[in-house]
Amino acid sequence: MKDDDAPNPDQHSGLTRRDFIKISGVGAALPLALGPTVVHAAGEDVPVYGPGKTPLTLNVNGKKLTAELEPRVTLLDALRDQFNLTGAKRVCDRGACGACTVLLEGKPVYACSVLAIDVQAKSITTIEGLNGDDLIPPLRAMSTPSSGLTPVMEAFVENDAQQCGFCTPGFVVAATHLLEKHPQPTEDDIRRGLSGNFCRCGTYDGIKAAVLKRYGGGIGGDNQRGGAE
Amino acid sequence: MTEYSWPDPATRPLLGKKISRVDGPVKSSGRAKYTYDYNPSGLLAGKILRCPFAHARITSIDTSAAEKMAGVKAVEIIQKTGTEIFWAGDEVVGVAAVDESTAEDAIRAIKVQYEVLPHFVSDAEPPKQIATNTGPISRDDFEDMEDNQVPDEQVIEAIQKNGISFHPDDKYLKDARESGVADKVVEALRTARYAPAVAVRSPYKQTALQTEGDPENAFASAAAVSEGLYGASCITHCCLETHGMAAEWPSPNEITVHISTQNLSGIAPQIAEPTGVPAGNIQVMQQYIGGGFGSKFGPDRWGLAATRLSKTAGGKPVKIMLERAAEQEVAGMRPSSFARVKVAADKDGKLSAWESRSWGTGGVGGGGTPPLPYIFQVPNQRKQNIAISTNQGSARAWRAPNHPQAAVITMGALDDLAAKMNIDPLDFITRNLDIAGPRAVVYREEFQIAAEMMQWKQNWHARGDKAAGPVKRGLGLSMHIWGGRGHNSDCDLTIHPDGSVEIKMATQDLGTGARTIITIVAADTLGIPMENVKLLIGDSRYPVSGASGGSTTSGGVTSSTRRAAVDARSRLFAKVAPSLNAKPEELEAVNVTVRVKSDPSRSLSWKEACSKVGAMPMTVRGKNPDKSKPPDLTNSGVGGVQMADVSVDTETGIVRINKMVAVQDCGLVVDVKTAESQVKGALIMGISYALYEEKILDPVTGRMLNPNMEFYKLAGITDIGELKVHMMTGKGYDERGVIGLAEPPVVSPGAAISNAVANAIGVRVPFLPLTPARVLEALHPGGFHESV
Repeated sequence: MKDDDAPNPDQHSGLTRRDFIKISGVGAALPLALGPTVVHAAGEDVPVYGPGKTPLTLNVNGKKLTAELEPRVTLLDALRDQFNLTGAKRVCDRGACGACTVLLEGKPVYACSVLAIDVQAKSITTIEGLNGDDLIPPLRAMSTPSSGLTPVMEAFVENDAQQCGFCTPGFVVAATHLLEKHPQPTEDDIRRGLSGNFCRCGTYDGIKAAVLKRYGGGIGGDNQRGGAE
Repeated sequence: MTEYSWPDPATRPLLGKKISRVDGPVKSSGRAKYTYDYNPSGLLAGKILRCPFAHARITSIDTSAAEKMAGVKAVEIIQKTGTEIFWAGDEVVGVAAVDESTAEDAIRAIKVQYEVLPHFVSDAEPPKQIATNTGPISRDDFEDMEDNQVPDEQVIEAIQKNGISFHPDDKYLKDARESGVADKVVEALRTARYAPAVAVRSPYKQTALQTEGDPENAFASAAAVSEGLYGASCITHCCLETHGMAAEWPSPNEITVHISTQNLSGIAPQIAEPTGVPAGNIQVMQQYIGGGFGSKFGPDRWGLAATRLSKTAGGKPVKIMLERAAEQEVAGMRPSSFARVKVAADKDGKLSAWESRSWGTGGVGGGGTPPLPYIFQVPNQRKQNIAISTNQGSARAWRAPNHPQAAVITMGALDDLAAKMNIDPLDFITRNLDIAGPRAVVYREEFQIAAEMMQWKQNWHARGDKAAGPVKRGLGLSMHIWGGRGHNSDCDLTIHPDGSVEIKMATQDLGTGARTIITIVAADTLGIPMENVKLLIGDSRYPVSGASGGSTTSGGVTSSTRRAAVDARSRLFAKVAPSLNAKPEELEAVNVTVRVKSDPSRSLSWKEACSKVGAMPMTVRGKNPDKSKPPDLTNSGVGGVQMADVSVDTETGIVRINKMVAVQDCGLVVDVKTAESQVKGALIMGISYALYEEKILDPVTGRMLNPNMEFYKLAGITDIGELKVHMMTGKGYDERGVIGLAEPPVVSPGAAISNAVANAIGVRVPFLPLTPARVLEALHPGGFHESV
């Protein structure tokens, strides 16, 4: 096994297409971080990243986080492996189950299906950041940093909307966005807003109750609220 | 005398109430750390190269290119050249590297060649004529016969006729006798003729025909006979946290393990044996687990590979979590089970005869044998099961092993018979409850409650909804039984002089609420708030507690906690009594005080009382079982009933759940909130396997076609309808003690839904899952086209 840290001097030169192919063939053997190489293609200068590591900056929960990552690294893996933000889970690993849901510019996305390098200019909110001070305003209104839990999280606890808990962070993030969009959600809003997430233990009834009882218009419940506003 | 019994409802502030789970906040905020989240600095990522063929022999392995790659820290061959592989996805080589993508690149650089061998993956109905004489009885054959309670005479006859292909030594014979094998069978084994095993090419292994009573005559004299085809396909566990383990070597003779497991206390011995490291030097940890459902009891081959890779990499932590595809393909499945059933009743609608030819596969080892007929002790029976060996990852216990399949087959057959006799199935089942075993009385009570919750009498109609339009609605029911006695469990409870209480137990909380119920029992017994109890689980260095399988955890951990808390309370009373000028037995611990029962004004706050313990903390050990500290605090045997209300679109074949009702007993319910959640979860999991889930194998390649989560379909939040749960509590239930709840409620949904669909559309859809294609095929046998 080679020493990981030995730099490869060739990488600092401009890449020709042939070099690129050569390097691709041994792609994973190139651990060194480098900035984009600009190639001229179809009459334009196009930056080419990788295949080795490249420095990138992510705006996560209001903080600038930097790392050197290969362009192929997903947002989910970057959050988990680089920044130890492990609330978002990898479950299906291909955009089917929602366990990796995070907010990108306030909208829910599957972090397993987004490349970290593509979202450098955007604001990313993970479950860990839902009750932080740096949230975008509508979310901040829903946070209660003193208890450490947001009202949505509290509703999940009260209505026992989790069993093993592995899908729960994804559901909480999705439910938080749902309630921002529909402060008085109907049962149909809930079904639509949360149908992109799977649970295996079978906590859907608790999740529906968590969102409906606490915030739903007309349903009633022990702790009605008006939602974000 | 010290009283360990569960307290009366009047004197239990927490037990039997609705209490939110104690780990709810840490889970809902994403702070709960699972094995998958273990991320220490220097962590290496482990990956496994898997065999792409369903049956093959490894002819060469070349790892040289991978070993030379930068970032690769260890390469370990798991199965050597020459090894025969029996299922696709089996482990061949393991790699540890600085990150996952490097490990994946290394896997791609490994060259493995195979001699591809013929595979067999079909669990379709075996041909009529399969060899009945399978040659000499192997050890497996013998043990299967015993497991399936084949009558002794038949076992002896088979042994004498065929000979045996193994050499049972004295120890084996002794073990057999001790595990309940009849003396005359043991003697037949001892004196049996040895015959070498015959290489059998057939994948079918047939049990001996089992006969009880006189089925011939019973069928001939029956008032009604119904024949049908029923069954459930293979499904997977589909744990959201895939199987996986991280291993590291703090020193050359010590291993630290983080593992996703249902069996925290049982892992170290399984790692000690292959590594040669003493089990006492192996520390196993897990705080949270993302689902197990019966599939996570061992370190598995990938866990042992992580251990070896870590050693090669100088002891650095190596974590291997299965990819989703591997999880679906090799990390556990529930055996399929199908049956042709003939069942009969007399003119009063009393079951009189049962005949079944069942088959199914549980992977290369054969299959599970569902207990047929389920629950009902039909007086005249003839039955035979054929286990099919297929080239796929082996079956693992899946929540209530064999029961859901047995329920689908039996309750479907009974439902069809009731329909044939024009009897409401609720009435039909009620008429036969006298042969429904030890929980018959409970079923009767539960069916009355369920019928009210479902408004069965008002809503039920005879088979085939006559309403206009393509969407037909129907009702169905099922019932189930389970044991659920508490497992062996040790509990250390410490009272600190400052009044804090700490519990240590090497158990696990699968999301069932184990943490919550342990805390409730301790706080309830000591008269303190739950927040005062610090519960430490998930570390093998704590007192040993059993695996979480077979619904055994709740009874086990609550019993040992209760005994520990009662003993600690007694010792505390002994220390405190002089200060209150009373005898220890005159004291009680309530409302965060220790006080004189007859004169509550003489009291000390809990904190003051604990300061009398002295300078050192006081620890007591509670055990389960513990015959020296009666009574038995757990029990075995629960019954439950369920009803389903469905709508079926006869144009599309799509089945929708309108409502599910579950009525369940499980002895003393410690926390009604988490118990109800678990039953609802079982209903949802049941809806999922009834309508959507199926492990589909490709006969051509032998591979699973849907090893993912877009085509291996789970029920979503839109699919569950209205769920209503009723827990049986109070007199007749509470005094039985704490009994497990994980398995029973997941048994019946498939059968209840299948029966509801038959009630709606007027025909039986034989096999689960009840996909649109299967529903349409049942409605239009042979399809819409006359010929193609």
